[in-house]
Amino acid sequence: MVFQEVKAKLLDNVKFMDKEPYSNVYLYRRIVQAKLFIDKNFADHLDLDNIAGEAFFSKYHFLRLFKKIYHKTPYQYLTAVRIEKAMELLGNNKSVTEVCFLVGFESISSFSGLFKRLVGTSPSAYLLQQQQIKAQVLKTPLRFVPNCFAENYGWKQKSNFEEVPE
Amino acid sequence: MITKLKHVSVFVLNQDSACDFYVNKLGFKIHTDAPMGPGQRWLTVSPPEQPYLEIVLMSIKEGMMFKKEAAMQMREMVKNGTFGFGVFECNDLLATYEELKAKGVVFIKEPTKEFYAFEALFKDDSGNWFSLTQKESS
Repeated sequence: MVFQEVKAKLLDNVKFMDKEPYSNVYLYRRIVQAKLFIDKNFADHLDLDNIAGEAFFSKYHFLRLFKKIYHKTPYQYLTAVRIEKAMELLGNNKSVTEVCFLVGFESISSFSGLFKRLVGTSPSAYLLQQQQIKAQVLKTPLRFVPNCFAENYGWKQKSNFEEVPE
Repeated sequence: MITKLKHVSVFVLNQDSACDFYVNKLGFKIHTDAPMGPGQRWLTVSPPEQPYLEIVLMSIKEGMMFKKEAAMQMREMVKNGTFGFGVFECNDLLATYEELKAKGVVFIKEPTKEFYAFEALFKDDSGNWFSLTQKESS
Protein backbone atom coordinates (compact mmCIF):
# COMPACT_ATOMS: atom_id res chain seq x y z
CA MET A 1 0.00 0.00 0.00
CA VAL A 2 2.71 2.42 1.03
CA PHE A 3 4.74 1.31 -1.93
CA GLN A 4 1.83 2.08 -4.24
CA GLU A 5 1.53 5.56 -2.81
CA VAL A 6 5.23 6.28 -3.21
CA LYS A 7 5.14 4.99 -6.73
CA ALA A 8 2.14 7.16 -7.58
CA LYS A 9 3.87 10.16 -6.11
CA LEU A 10 7.05 9.51 -8.07
CA LEU A 11 5.07 9.14 -11.26
CA ASP A 12 3.36 12.43 -10.51
CA ASN A 13 6.74 14.06 -10.09
CA VAL A 14 7.92 12.69 -13.39
CA LYS A 15 4.82 14.07 -15.12
CA PHE A 16 5.37 17.40 -13.41
CA MET A 17 8.98 17.54 -14.56
CA ASP A 18 7.97 16.88 -18.11
CA LYS A 19 5.73 19.91 -18.11
CA GLU A 20 7.75 22.19 -15.90
CA PRO A 21 10.48 24.06 -17.80
CA TYR A 22 12.41 24.73 -14.59
CA SER A 23 13.16 21.06 -14.11
CA ASN A 24 15.76 21.66 -16.82
CA VAL A 25 17.34 24.64 -15.13
CA TYR A 26 20.43 22.75 -14.01
CA LEU A 27 21.07 21.35 -17.48
CA TYR A 28 20.42 24.73 -19.05
CA ARG A 29 22.92 26.40 -16.76
CA ARG A 30 25.58 23.85 -17.71
CA ILE A 31 24.99 24.40 -21.41
CA VAL A 32 24.91 28.18 -21.05
CA GLN A 33 28.14 28.05 -19.01
CA ALA A 34 29.76 26.02 -21.78
CA LYS A 35 28.61 28.56 -24.36
CA LEU A 36 29.93 31.45 -22.27
CA PHE A 37 33.19 29.53 -21.82
CA ILE A 38 33.58 29.40 -25.61
CA ASP A 39 32.65 33.10 -25.90
CA LYS A 40 35.42 33.96 -23.45
CA ASN A 41 38.17 31.55 -24.46
CA PHE A 42 37.63 31.26 -28.22
CA ALA A 43 41.17 32.48 -28.93
CA ASP A 44 42.81 29.68 -26.95
CA HIS A 45 43.44 26.18 -28.13
CA LEU A 46 40.18 24.69 -26.88
CA ASP A 47 39.71 21.00 -26.42
CA LEU A 48 35.96 20.77 -26.77
CA ASP A 49 36.03 17.05 -26.07
CA ASN A 50 36.39 17.94 -22.43
CA ILE A 51 33.79 20.65 -22.36
CA ALA A 52 31.14 18.28 -21.05
CA GLY A 53 33.72 16.66 -18.78
CA GLU A 54 32.68 17.81 -15.35
CA ALA A 55 28.98 17.70 -16.08
CA PHE A 56 26.94 15.00 -14.43
CA PHE A 57 25.45 13.95 -17.70
CA SER A 58 26.81 12.17 -20.69
CA LYS A 59 28.73 13.78 -23.49
CA TYR A 60 26.13 12.58 -25.93
CA HIS A 61 23.32 14.20 -23.99
CA PHE A 62 25.35 17.37 -23.62
CA LEU A 63 26.02 17.65 -27.34
CA ARG A 64 22.41 16.95 -28.17
CA LEU A 65 21.17 19.70 -25.83
CA PHE A 66 23.81 22.18 -26.98
CA LYS A 67 22.76 21.64 -30.55
CA LYS A 68 19.09 21.91 -29.70
CA ILE A 69 19.62 25.28 -28.01
CA TYR A 70 22.20 26.89 -30.31
CA HIS A 71 21.51 25.01 -33.56
CA LYS A 72 25.22 24.23 -33.80
CA THR A 73 27.60 21.72 -32.26
CA PRO A 74 30.07 23.26 -29.76
CA TYR A 75 32.78 23.02 -32.42
CA GLN A 76 30.66 24.71 -35.08
CA TYR A 77 29.74 27.35 -32.53
CA LEU A 78 33.41 27.97 -31.69
CA THR A 79 34.19 28.48 -35.38
CA ALA A 80 31.27 30.89 -35.74
CA VAL A 81 32.46 32.92 -32.74
CA ARG A 82 35.99 33.09 -34.15
CA ILE A 83 34.76 34.30 -37.52
CA GLU A 84 32.43 36.88 -35.92
CA LYS A 85 35.28 38.17 -33.81
CA ALA A 86 37.49 38.27 -36.89
CA MET A 87 34.90 40.43 -38.67
CA GLU A 88 34.86 42.79 -35.73
CA LEU A 89 38.65 43.06 -35.61
CA LEU A 90 38.94 43.56 -39.37
CA GLY A 91 36.33 46.30 -38.95
CA ASN A 92 38.74 47.90 -36.48
CA ASN A 93 41.46 47.98 -39.10
CA LYS A 94 43.60 45.06 -37.92
CA SER A 95 45.59 43.16 -40.54
CA VAL A 96 44.44 39.77 -41.82
CA THR A 97 47.49 37.99 -40.40
CA GLU A 98 47.09 39.59 -37.01
CA VAL A 99 43.37 38.79 -36.88
CA CYS A 100 43.93 35.17 -37.91
CA PHE A 101 46.10 34.45 -34.87
CA LEU A 102 44.17 36.75 -32.50
CA VAL A 103 41.00 34.72 -32.95
CA GLY A 104 42.72 31.37 -32.50
CA PHE A 105 43.41 30.01 -35.96
CA GLU A 106 46.74 28.37 -36.58
CA SER A 107 47.11 28.96 -40.29
CA ILE A 108 46.18 31.81 -42.60
CA SER A 109 44.95 29.48 -45.30
CA SER A 110 42.47 27.67 -43.06
CA PHE A 111 41.34 31.02 -41.63
CA SER A 112 40.86 32.60 -45.06
CA GLY A 113 39.08 29.55 -46.42
CA LEU A 114 36.64 29.33 -43.53
CA PHE A 115 36.07 33.08 -43.52
CA LYS A 116 35.25 33.10 -47.21
CA ARG A 117 32.91 30.13 -46.86
CA LEU A 118 30.97 31.65 -43.94
CA VAL A 119 31.05 35.37 -44.79
CA GLY A 120 31.09 35.24 -48.58
CA THR A 121 34.15 37.43 -49.11
CA SER A 122 37.82 36.92 -48.33
CA PRO A 123 39.19 38.54 -45.14
CA SER A 124 41.28 41.02 -47.16
CA ALA A 125 38.28 42.10 -49.27
CA TYR A 126 36.20 42.45 -46.10
CA LEU A 127 38.92 44.58 -44.49
CA LEU A 128 39.01 46.90 -47.50
CA GLN A 129 35.23 47.19 -47.59
CA GLN A 130 35.10 48.09 -43.88
CA GLN A 131 37.84 50.70 -44.29
CA GLN A 132 35.85 52.32 -47.09
CA ILE A 133 32.64 52.40 -45.05
CA LYS A 134 34.47 53.91 -42.07
CA ALA A 135 36.08 56.59 -44.21
CA GLN A 136 32.68 57.42 -45.71
CA VAL A 137 31.03 57.71 -42.26
CA LEU A 138 33.71 60.15 -41.16
CA LYS A 139 33.59 62.15 -44.37
CA THR A 140 29.82 62.48 -44.76
CA PRO A 141 28.19 61.35 -41.51
CA LEU A 142 24.80 62.78 -42.48
CA ARG A 143 24.50 60.27 -45.30
CA PHE A 144 23.93 57.68 -42.59
CA VAL A 145 21.31 59.61 -40.65
CA PRO A 146 17.68 59.82 -41.80
CA ASN A 147 16.84 63.41 -42.67
CA CYS A 148 14.12 63.86 -40.04
CA PHE A 149 16.47 62.99 -37.17
CA ALA A 150 19.22 65.22 -38.47
CA GLU A 151 16.78 68.10 -38.77
CA ASN A 152 15.37 67.62 -35.27
CA TYR A 153 18.83 67.60 -33.80
CA GLY A 154 19.87 70.68 -35.71
CA TRP A 155 22.66 68.79 -37.44
CA LYS A 156 21.61 69.94 -40.87
CA GLN A 157 22.00 73.65 -40.23
CA LYS A 158 25.72 73.52 -39.76
CA SER A 159 28.08 71.69 -41.98
CA ASN A 160 30.75 71.97 -39.34
CA PHE A 161 29.58 69.83 -36.41
CA GLU A 162 32.04 71.40 -34.03
CA GLU A 163 29.73 74.40 -33.91
CA VAL A 164 26.62 72.54 -32.86
CA PRO A 165 25.91 73.52 -29.25
CA GLU A 166 25.47 70.68 -26.77
CA MET B 1 2.82 50.93 -49.57
CA ILE B 2 4.97 50.64 -46.48
CA THR B 3 7.23 47.62 -46.68
CA LYS B 4 9.37 47.54 -43.55
CA LEU B 5 10.59 49.07 -40.33
CA LYS B 6 14.07 50.45 -40.88
CA HIS B 7 14.91 52.57 -37.84
CA VAL B 8 13.40 52.64 -34.38
CA SER B 9 14.55 54.87 -31.53
CA VAL B 10 15.26 53.93 -27.96
CA PHE B 11 15.96 56.84 -25.63
CA VAL B 12 18.96 56.18 -23.42
CA LEU B 13 20.61 58.02 -20.55
CA ASN B 14 24.19 57.42 -21.70
CA GLN B 15 25.27 56.30 -25.17
CA ASP B 16 28.56 54.69 -24.08
CA SER B 17 26.91 52.59 -21.43
CA ALA B 18 23.98 51.76 -23.73
CA CYS B 19 26.40 50.69 -26.44
CA ASP B 20 28.13 48.34 -24.00
CA PHE B 21 24.78 46.94 -22.88
CA TYR B 22 23.30 46.34 -26.33
CA VAL B 23 26.54 44.99 -27.84
CA ASN B 24 28.27 43.11 -25.03
CA LYS B 25 25.26 41.92 -23.07
CA LEU B 26 22.46 41.54 -25.62
CA GLY B 27 24.86 40.55 -28.41
CA PHE B 28 23.73 43.14 -30.99
CA LYS B 29 26.08 44.57 -33.60
CA ILE B 30 26.97 48.20 -34.09
CA HIS B 31 25.43 49.24 -37.42
CA THR B 32 26.55 52.87 -37.62
CA ASP B 33 28.57 54.99 -35.24
CA ALA B 34 28.99 58.45 -36.73
CA PRO B 35 30.41 61.43 -34.83
CA MET B 36 28.01 64.39 -34.75
CA GLY B 37 30.07 66.96 -32.93
CA PRO B 38 31.14 67.21 -29.32
CA GLY B 39 29.42 64.65 -27.10
CA GLN B 40 27.04 63.50 -29.81
CA ARG B 41 26.95 60.34 -31.88
CA TRP B 42 24.56 58.83 -34.34
CA LEU B 43 24.69 55.34 -32.86
CA THR B 44 22.61 52.45 -34.16
CA VAL B 45 22.70 48.72 -33.37
CA SER B 46 21.08 45.71 -35.02
CA PRO B 47 19.94 42.35 -33.65
CA PRO B 48 22.00 39.41 -35.03
CA GLU B 49 19.33 38.17 -37.44
CA GLN B 50 18.11 41.61 -38.53
CA PRO B 51 21.21 43.35 -39.89
CA TYR B 52 19.11 45.98 -41.70
CA LEU B 53 16.96 47.03 -38.75
CA GLU B 54 18.66 49.90 -36.95
CA ILE B 55 17.83 50.50 -33.32
CA VAL B 56 18.86 54.10 -32.74
CA LEU B 57 20.32 54.66 -29.30
CA MET B 58 19.25 58.27 -28.81
CA SER B 59 20.74 60.24 -25.98
CA ILE B 60 18.33 62.50 -24.12
CA LYS B 61 20.07 65.82 -24.20
CA GLU B 62 18.93 69.37 -24.10
CA GLY B 63 18.98 70.76 -27.61
CA MET B 64 16.76 71.09 -30.65
CA MET B 65 14.80 67.95 -29.84
CA PHE B 66 14.32 68.46 -26.10
CA LYS B 67 13.93 71.72 -24.23
CA LYS B 68 15.76 71.71 -20.90
CA GLU B 69 12.66 70.89 -18.84
CA ALA B 70 11.54 68.18 -21.27
CA ALA B 71 14.96 66.53 -21.26
CA MET B 72 14.91 66.38 -17.47
CA GLN B 73 11.41 64.91 -17.39
CA MET B 74 12.26 62.42 -20.09
CA ARG B 75 15.35 61.22 -18.24
CA GLU B 76 13.32 60.70 -15.08
CA MET B 77 10.64 58.76 -16.93
CA VAL B 78 13.16 56.51 -18.66
CA LYS B 79 14.98 55.90 -15.38
CA ASN B 80 11.73 54.97 -13.66
CA GLY B 81 10.91 52.34 -16.25
CA THR B 82 7.99 54.13 -17.88
CA PHE B 83 8.71 52.91 -21.39
CA GLY B 84 8.46 49.45 -22.84
CA PHE B 85 10.05 49.68 -26.26
CA GLY B 86 9.37 46.33 -27.82
CA VAL B 87 9.47 42.56 -27.88
CA PHE B 88 12.62 40.65 -28.73
CA GLU B 89 12.58 37.04 -29.81
CA CYS B 90 14.99 34.20 -29.09
CA ASN B 91 15.14 30.54 -30.02
CA ASP B 92 15.35 29.30 -26.47
CA LEU B 93 14.11 31.50 -23.65
CA LEU B 94 15.56 29.55 -20.71
CA ALA B 95 19.03 29.49 -22.21
CA THR B 96 18.88 33.17 -23.17
CA TYR B 97 17.53 34.07 -19.73
CA GLU B 98 20.36 32.18 -17.98
CA GLU B 99 22.96 33.79 -20.24
CA LEU B 100 21.68 37.35 -19.84
CA LYS B 101 21.32 36.88 -16.10
CA ALA B 102 24.92 35.62 -15.94
CA LYS B 103 25.93 38.83 -17.72
CA GLY B 104 24.14 40.96 -15.14
CA VAL B 105 20.97 41.88 -17.05
CA VAL B 106 18.11 42.72 -14.67
CA PHE B 107 14.89 40.78 -15.22
CA ILE B 108 11.61 42.12 -13.92
CA LYS B 109 9.76 38.94 -14.84
CA GLU B 110 11.18 35.43 -14.96
CA PRO B 111 10.36 33.14 -17.89
CA THR B 112 6.65 32.48 -17.62
CA LYS B 113 4.26 30.53 -19.80
CA GLU B 114 1.58 33.04 -20.82
CA PHE B 115 -1.33 32.29 -23.09
CA TYR B 116 0.31 34.36 -25.83
CA ALA B 117 3.93 33.25 -25.44
CA PHE B 118 6.70 31.94 -23.19
CA GLU B 119 7.90 35.29 -21.96
CA ALA B 120 10.30 37.16 -19.68
CA LEU B 121 10.80 40.91 -19.13
CA PHE B 122 14.13 42.66 -18.71
CA LYS B 123 15.43 46.22 -18.42
CA ASP B 124 18.21 47.88 -20.34
CA ASP B 125 20.89 49.89 -18.54
CA SER B 126 18.78 53.07 -18.76
CA GLY B 127 15.54 51.59 -17.40
CA ASN B 128 13.66 50.87 -20.62
CA TRP B 129 12.00 47.49 -20.45
CA PHE B 130 11.61 44.86 -23.14
CA SER B 131 9.70 41.66 -23.46
CA LEU B 132 11.66 38.60 -24.52
CA THR B 133 9.72 35.72 -26.01
CA GLN B 134 10.59 32.32 -27.34
CA LYS B 135 10.10 31.62 -31.03
CA GLU B 136 6.92 29.61 -31.46
CA SER B 137 8.22 26.68 -33.44
CA SER B 138 11.12 25.78 -31.16
